[in-house]
Amino acid sequence: MSGVRVLVGTKKGAFVLESDGKRAAWEVKGPFFAGWEIYHVKGSPVNPDRIYASQSSGWSGQVMQRSDDGGKTWAVVGNKFAYDGVPGTHQWYDGTPHPWEFKRVWHLEPSLTDAETVFAGVEDAALFKSTDGGATWAELSGLRGHGVGTDTLAPQWQPGAGGMCLHTIILDPSNEERMYIAISAAGAFRTDDGGKNWKPINKGLVSDFMPNPTGEVGHCVHHVAMHPARPETLFMQKHWHVMRSDNAGDEWKKVSGNLPTDFGFVIDIHAHEPETIFVAPIKSDAEHFPLDGRLRVYRSKTGGNEWEELSKGLPEKDCYVNVLRDAMSVDRLDECGVYFGTTGGQVYASADGGESWNAIVHDLPAVLSVEVQTL
Amino acid sequence: MGTVNSEQGTETRLVRVVLPYHLRVLAGLSTEAGSEVALEVARPVTIERVLDALEAKHSVLGGTIREYGTGKRRAFLRFFACGEDWSHEAMDKELPEAVAGGAEPLLVVGAIAGG
Repeated sequence: MSGVRVLVGTKKGAFVLESDGKRAAWEVKGPFFAGWEIYHVKGSPVNPDRIYASQSSGWSGQVMQRSDDGGKTWAVVGNKFAYDGVPGTHQWYDGTPHPWEFKRVWHLEPSLTDAETVFAGVEDAALFKSTDGGATWAELSGLRGHGVGTDTLAPQWQPGAGGMCLHTIILDPSNEERMYIAISAAGAFRTDDGGKNWKPINKGLVSDFMPNPTGEVGHCVHHVAMHPARPETLFMQKHWHVMRSDNAGDEWKKVSGNLPTDFGFVIDIHAHEPETIFVAPIKSDAEHFPLDGRLRVYRSKTGGNEWEELSKGLPEKDCYVNVLRDAMSVDRLDECGVYFGTTGGQVYASADGGESWNAIVHDLPAVLSVEVQTL
Repeated sequence: MGTVNSEQGTETRLVRVVLPYHLRVLAGLSTEAGSEVALEVARPVTIERVLDALEAKHSVLGGTIREYGTGKRRAFLRFFACGEDWSHEAMDKELPEAVAGGAEPLLVVGAIAGG
């Protein structure tokens, strides 16, 4: 491995940031798809030259892009996301039934074994799969209750403030039939049969805004992360609370510990240390910026509960940005690099596991997502 | 400006369309302000048929002006013909002769909104 490629989705286009293994000097390419919202850009682990991008706008809807040369050139692929059968209804903000309506793709998850296969998490929440490089898409409709024996209580799902989005997709490298997804504000779900049937995995989550704070669905999960060496262990940043499960989501326990606030959006795991996790605490659900105007990452080397502040190189004052749910990633170089983007247009990188940080770029549009390819 | 398509035996008209900037970029068309795309459209010329012809010629525009499934105009795009707002007219209503005959373009306009 000799370098990294950081794929950045922003509110006004995509950017590709490249460096050698030192991660000191960066080349910035872009904007690609200038003027469009790029919710997510992610490369195939099978073929790093194959990259998928979700491009959308309030005017013209969803467009999907694909690159076969590492992000140098792009081509439009299929953008037809049709819900399977009768779309049905979910709860609207006021609790009334509201029909499922496709709005955009929030997250793309390329297959771990086949560069032509990619999953898409969309708003209104559903999971789609393409097996032809993004040309065509089919819903894995078991998630919304269309599977035999599935009861994901989809009619009870409700949008979070950002919309009812399926924003997290995790593929289990040890079991190709197992997959996890998360939805705001429905919760986390798991399939053990390749997406035919699903079940909610929200036991142990507590959300005070819900009529029943421990309900089976309705939780506003912000992001979930898994280390490939520990596929039974999941870490979650919920609306409030950082959570951990050691049995594939069957039960969760809170590991917020000494965090100054456990509200936030991102969570990720060190590439070589499955018990080392990173979060970027945000003051509260009412004030989406760092505490005291100081941007800090917190790291736990004990899988939660005991957290240390990482601030070297990060703004010490007057910083009122947010770090959105898909905007943190790690590389797999020997000394793990950690990256995150802000709504203020900075992308920060640490080449030493979080000890110190530098801004690769300062002035991009608001960053929606950050993914890293280790080349 | 009508032409006869001998294979189909139906008359087609040459219709001019002005697209929003981002859709011109997406389709690889000229990004010069006011640049147009010319389309052969079967008679009677309607917005629906113009969009069918547009998407047939530039498939990347599928789903960007009207939604898949419902076929509805996207809320932040509007249609104008001969200075009139056609956004709420039936998609299968025949367009004015000036647009159908190519004397005037059909305008697809993005709402001035957003940040």
